[in-house]
Amino acid sequence: MRRLIVRLFLLGLLGFAAFWFLTRPETLPSDALEGLTADATRGETVFYAAGCASCHTAPNAESEGAPVLSGGQSFPSPFGTFIAPNISPDTTHGIGDWSALDLANAIKHGTSPDGQHYYPAFPYSSYSRATLQDITDLHAYMMTLPADATPSQPHDIGFPFNIRLSLGGWKFLFLNDDWITEAATPELERGRYLVEALGHCGECHTPRGPLGNVDLDQWLAGAPDPSGKGKIPGITPAQLDWPAQDLVYYFETGFTPDYDSAGGHMAHVIENLSKLDAGDREAIAAYLKALPAGQ
Amino acid sequence: MKRRLKTLATATTLALLAGAAFADGHVNAAIKARQAQMQLYAFNIGQLGAMAKGEMDYDAAVASAAANNLLTLTKMDQSAMWPGGSDSMSVDGTRAKPDMWDNFPDVMAKGKALGDAAMAMQAAAGGGLDSLRGAMGALGGSCSSCHKPYREPES
Repeated sequence: MRRLIVRLFLLGLLGFAAFWFLTRPETLPSDALEGLTADATRGETVFYAAGCASCHTAPNAESEGAPVLSGGQSFPSPFGTFIAPNISPDTTHGIGDWSALDLANAIKHGTSPDGQHYYPAFPYSSYSRATLQDITDLHAYMMTLPADATPSQPHDIGFPFNIRLSLGGWKFLFLNDDWITEAATPELERGRYLVEALGHCGECHTPRGPLGNVDLDQWLAGAPDPSGKGKIPGITPAQLDWPAQDLVYYFETGFTPDYDSAGGHMAHVIENLSKLDAGDREAIAAYLKALPAGQ
Repeated sequence: MKRRLKTLATATTLALLAGAAFADGHVNAAIKARQAQMQLYAFNIGQLGAMAKGEMDYDAAVASAAANNLLTLTKMDQSAMWPGGSDSMSVDGTRAKPDMWDNFPDVMAKGKALGDAAMAMQAAAGGGLDSLRGAMGALGGSCSSCHKPYREPES
């Protein structure tokens, strides 16, 4: 009997070690960014394509001028409420002392500089597809933004989801950098990069499974609004029949074909998309039109 | 005495019901009116947008007429269209968040921003297609600046 208990204990220990090994916070090799030069101007485009300001500015911040990434917006979910942290270049409360490699580990692997898992409310399961060149440029741009000393607030997450170690299991199951769709032309490839990687459109427009994972079988087919009220529309050709030209105009001005205007979180997205090159807006529209029609 | 009390009670009940019905009708009428206002914005912006998108040939007179209408609409006093109790938590049929009533000065500032964008459009609309196109973005931005915090998602 005693031997059995010892054996079970050893087996449990082995299992935990295996879990820990498979799910430890991943990082890039220390020379991953070697040879890349940073261009802050290109980084500004990456910043808007990735929509960083939409979540990391203060609640109801004005959209004029350089964005102040002081954090504070809350994001309700079935697991609790996440509060976006300060990612301004403040060295105490923001990310002012982060290297470009720190930023790359956060964006591509959801790993903090001190080796902790981030919650996937930070959409690294989309950003994992971002190129290291883009992240290098983004880092240079973010360091030009105004620093702000507002402390980040803790998330309001209940047990057992407040155990960050468990996120390793989530990442093991759901985090990868595979493309979700095929892209036949350079324009569709650019559109795919903007939608599936930087734009992280699927984080809201795709329904989630029981573990909060994006359900790839219903890619961009629409989902309930996480606030609990209303829904986020599907944007595959089956649900959204706007001509490409109308999509492009919506991305530029926020006007729908009926001249209603974007509202809610999508209004943030339009603010970002309107700052991109016209070619990028056209690429996103081309991507959406090329999606399988769905159910 | 008892009968008079009964009559009084009935009359009071009826009066209260009528009052509620009036309040309801009043709120519904206000919601209809402001949605009609939005429709009129959209129709006139639609004229400008169709030219901006190239779906309709540019015509300075048509563009100016639409921009004039829009500016006139932004000058209407809407205060009676937004009575207390006409928010999305209190009644069905509206997506106006209760936050609007808690942040009145901000709502007014956003209304003024729409007025400014409409004025810029009025100055731009008759001055050629590029000039019209250039004023559309700011107009859309002013609509969204209010729809962003104060409108519920579509259900």
